[in-house]
Amino acid sequence: MIELRDLTKRYGDKLAVDGLSFTVRPGTVTGFLGPNGAGKSTTMRMVLGLDEPTRGDVRIEGKRYAELREPLHSIGALLEAKGVHGGRRAHDHLLCLAQSNGIPERRVGEALEMVGLQDVARKRPKGFSLGMGQRLGIAAALLGDPRILMFDEPVNGLDPEGIHWIRTLMQQLAREGRTVFVSSHLMSEMAQTAEHLVVIGQGKLLADTSMSQFIAENSRTHVRVRTPEPERMRDLLTEAGLRPVPGAEGALEVDDGDAPRIGELAAAHGVVLHELSTQRASLEEAFMRLTAQSVEYHAAAPGGTHAPPVPQEGTAPHPGGPQSPPGAAQPPPAWGEDWQDRKGRRG
Amino acid sequence: MSHSTRVLKSEWTKVRSVRSTVWTLATALLVSVGLGALICGVTASTFDDMSSSEQVTFDATYTSFAGMGIGQLAMIAFGVLIVSAEYSTGMIRNSLAAVPQRGTFLWSKVLIAGALVLVVGMVTSFCAFFLGQALLGSHGVGIGDEGVLRAVVGGGIYMALIAMFAVGITFVLRSPLLAFAILMPFFFLISNILGNVEATKKVGQYLPDQAGTTVMAVVPDTLNRPYGPWEGLLIMVAWTAAALLAGFFVLKKRDA
Ligand SMILES: Nc1ncnc2c1ncn2[C@@H]1O[C@H](COP(=O)(O)OP(=O)(O)OP(=O)(O)O)[C@@H](O)[C@H]1O
Ligand SMILES: [Mg+2]
Repeated sequence: MIELRDLTKRYGDKLAVDGLSFTVRPGTVTGFLGPNGAGKSTTMRMVLGLDEPTRGDVRIEGKRYAELREPLHSIGALLEAKGVHGGRRAHDHLLCLAQSNGIPERRVGEALEMVGLQDVARKRPKGFSLGMGQRLGIAAALLGDPRILMFDEPVNGLDPEGIHWIRTLMQQLAREGRTVFVSSHLMSEMAQTAEHLVVIGQGKLLADTSMSQFIAENSRTHVRVRTPEPERMRDLLTEAGLRPVPGAEGALEVDDGDAPRIGELAAAHGVVLHELSTQRASLEEAFMRLTAQSVEYHAAAPGGTHAPPVPQEGTAPHPGGPQSPPGAAQPPPAWGEDWQDRKGRRG
Repeated sequence: MSHSTRVLKSEWTKVRSVRSTVWTLATALLVSVGLGALICGVTASTFDDMSSSEQVTFDATYTSFAGMGIGQLAMIAFGVLIVSAEYSTGMIRNSLAAVPQRGTFLWSKVLIAGALVLVVGMVTSFCAFFLGQALLGSHGVGIGDEGVLRAVVGGGIYMALIAMFAVGITFVLRSPLLAFAILMPFFFLISNILGNVEATKKVGQYLPDQAGTTVMAVVPDTLNRPYGPWEGLLIMVAWTAAALLAGFFVLKKRDA
């Protein structure tokens, strides 16, 4: 269990973390979400006692980090900067960490095997691929068989197979009853991994909720109606107490609408429908809506046209790779861009 | 096994598992001994050309340490690299996450590195001395002569101290570039100028290396300092302790 109380960090006149209080519990994967610069890495560094909080504190199983005599038995972490000396063989890298905490050397081999690096144990990490480096960092986190694991953007730069591996590992660690705290700035990634969700923006807590509740509360659903007689249909909907707004391609969008009821309404008045469908906003959109006010670096709004979706690591459907959920199929545009654009269109 | 013993073991693993340890320390040894031998050889062949007053005050021991002026730069490089590599690679975060007691971490590193450079320093000093004296032939001195053993042992301590001074400074500066850019020119050139030019000598002779080298001189006139050989070394010890303490306070206070 990790408990944060009023955790605050100020760098000069910038509040990187602003009064965060929440608890990360054992037995589930807790996703720690926030746009770039939200303060996720800073928070994690404070959990490890690397950065001194300006105010507030963090407890690891009830103790302050500095009170842990051999912390690797309690908490293992993978930080943003990998923290591996490129010239020190993988085995020696883990060995020096293990020795400092009285972890037997046999664990080094076990940890390397767990992450699939046993064949390069005697190699120097400067020749490692991104994925191998990530695995070495995870091996270091697993060394002391800790009850708590903390990963800062572990899937960054990994291929679909690597992402799948990490996701499975985290879920397995949680099933074993461990506390798993993992940061990301991709909602779609978290949706597949985490059961609990902590969202921050500009250092402030925006949400601390279960994943299912977050989805239920934050994804906006609307009904999309296309008809050759849009004006008539709009009047009918308005009379029925609904609020249709014009959507793309001449369609009408009805927030929180009930598709069967709208269909019946159209049938009763003899309006022909070309489309009647319930649309669920993607989680990514929900996340962006939540953090929109706190996004630090808005991308310049494109002039009405959407840039073609660029497949991104972690979200692009990959043949033979892990199955992406519907929410992940559409790669998110730059931060806030999409949301800003939509807001503009709706007026 | 106590906690500090474990951390010591871990720091030993760190030091021995990177190549820079071997090449910096080997360079320090080879350059000091090789350059000293070269200068002793040249001196022996031109000894008769020296003036008689020069011959009377000739310091055979100190001459055999002539290579250390350059060799010490590799010692400094060792000191800079074992600390700055923690920061430049981000390893420091893993290190401090594993050992949050920052004092234990720093002093363990200091102890391990210190023991290693002391051994290498002693080997360097003794090799430089014996090889140098062999080349000086009849102009050389014996290890049993007055003040000579002190100078040779002192030379080994000097090499260790200069590396540890660099360790302390690098804990303050963190960046390898900054540490190299400050320490290298300083000990290669600047401090020699400050310690020997009349205008600045009064203060300059108390700089760490200027004070420390007095322990290596046997003939008092060689360096002409207002303090004795052991006092000179003690001044250098004080500098090194100050640098390490400064490094400790920076590590303690600043975010990693
Ligand atoms: N050492 C530091 N000195 C000054 N400012 C810092 C420092 N570390 C972080 N910051 C600032 O604090 C804010 C939070 O940074 P942090 O790296 O914690 O964000 P993050 O949520 O991890 O972002 P990302 O998703 O890009 O990794 C940023 O505005 C950053 O510029
Ligand atoms: Mg980060």
